[in-house]
Amino acid sequence: MTPRVTFAVAARVLAQLRRDHRTVAMLIVLPALLVSLMWWMFTDSPMVFDRVGGPLLAVFPSIIMFVVTSVATLRERSSGTLSRLFTMPMGKLDFLLGYALAFALIAVVQALAVVSIALYLLDLDIQGAAWQLGVVAVLDGVLGTALGLFASAFAATEFQAVQMMPAVMIPQILLCGLLVPRDQLPTVLHAVSDVLPLSYAVDAVLGVAKGNGFTTGTGGDTLVVLGFILAALGLGAATLRRRTA
Amino acid sequence: MMKNAVSCRDLVVVRGDREVLRGVGFDIRGGSVTGLLGPSGCGKTTLIRAIVGLQARVTGDISVLGLPAGAPKLRGRIGYVTQEPSVYGDLTVTENLRFFAAVLGVPSSDVERVVEAVDLTSHADARVDQLSGGQRSRASLAAALLGSPELLVLDEPTVGLDPVLRRDLWNLFHELADAGSTLLVSSHVMDEASRCDRLLLMRDGELLADDTPQDLLLSAGTNDIEQAFLTLIERKAGAR
Repeated sequence: MTPRVTFAVAARVLAQLRRDHRTVAMLIVLPALLVSLMWWMFTDSPMVFDRVGGPLLAVFPSIIMFVVTSVATLRERSSGTLSRLFTMPMGKLDFLLGYALAFALIAVVQALAVVSIALYLLDLDIQGAAWQLGVVAVLDGVLGTALGLFASAFAATEFQAVQMMPAVMIPQILLCGLLVPRDQLPTVLHAVSDVLPLSYAVDAVLGVAKGNGFTTGTGGDTLVVLGFILAALGLGAATLRRRTA
Repeated sequence: MMKNAVSCRDLVVVRGDREVLRGVGFDIRGGSVTGLLGPSGCGKTTLIRAIVGLQARVTGDISVLGLPAGAPKLRGRIGYVTQEPSVYGDLTVTENLRFFAAVLGVPSSDVERVVEAVDLTSHADARVDQLSGGQRSRASLAAALLGSPELLVLDEPTVGLDPVLRRDLWNLFHELADAGSTLLVSSHVMDEASRCDRLLLMRDGELLADDTPQDLLLSAGTNDIEQAFLTLIERKAGAR
């Protein structure tokens, strides 16, 4: 791994995003719009919004980041730029970390937007500190990025990559505690949800909402999310092939 | 005389259930311009990908600059141009080259030199996806020239270029070779053969000839490379 190369990739990805206003708008504005939509749906029952609003701050950013990044390495593969990079002193991890770093920066802006709108405009009621909710929301966006990059290393074409979203993300959305609290799931499904990254992303948000700080319970869930991020990037780098048929 | 920059022995590559390269062997002398010629689909790109270390399921020996092909130490010492221009369409020529220079660890002052070498100075700040096909492939070539690599492997770099530009690029290739680089240039245009120091003629995954253009013409008894190619195919068929 070479920091020079990692940062070069991150800077380049950001330069490309700067030209792509539609994608930036989708990444930053869409989660906030979707949360607002949910708030509107439940105007007559604010209790429901207070229950699902938090988990949505974890779910929407991670899904949207997943979709965008899952095609990222495929685009480089089909354009031949990945081939060129792999004849250069470019580590596979440099490549994925560069992307992760660039999208982490986007995740910070995204979290700022969605958390401030949820808390100050939509009056989402949480016991914990706003900054902690922000930190968790950023990590959840980065989780989506890392899972997307991992899926991207697996898919052979962009066509296959878009199919990863329903295959990888929807089961996690169903089981993460957004629809049914995880402890009310059937035993087997509860066990399954225990090994899915998004469950911990949602648990972390729920922890902050309940007023548990990073030192009192939420820290554990946050660390698990961080662990999943690192594992996804490591596995993604291991899966990415320099030599292809 | 420099030793061989590339050495291949008994090279076999399987893609799917088809043998794309069927026992290819040759040497490329350092500091020369070698043309890799043959019809589309004959295995040129696969051979090139094997040399730069991107091809899976390769058997046989390939030594590149004294190391096995694909060795981590070779990264950055080989300039590779893929058939499709491998540059980022949404960045300008300069932005692309600055990025690749950063990856290579080459000073960004080198960017100006390579832009000039491929005659793109007037388009240096244009987005690549707004350039013509020929300009795009020159931007891609410029990226391969960064850091003056010892070996340049170019997959059809002159496709779609106008004759003046093609001549200029071939002159550039020879200047680079004179300065010590080794070049392997693939083409399906037979008339580019005469511009090479040496030719590798391929057909159906096999090497038909490995010779200088002059000796190739002489042995086929013709002064036309296209005709020499046909004669070699017929001789080979006759020998079976």
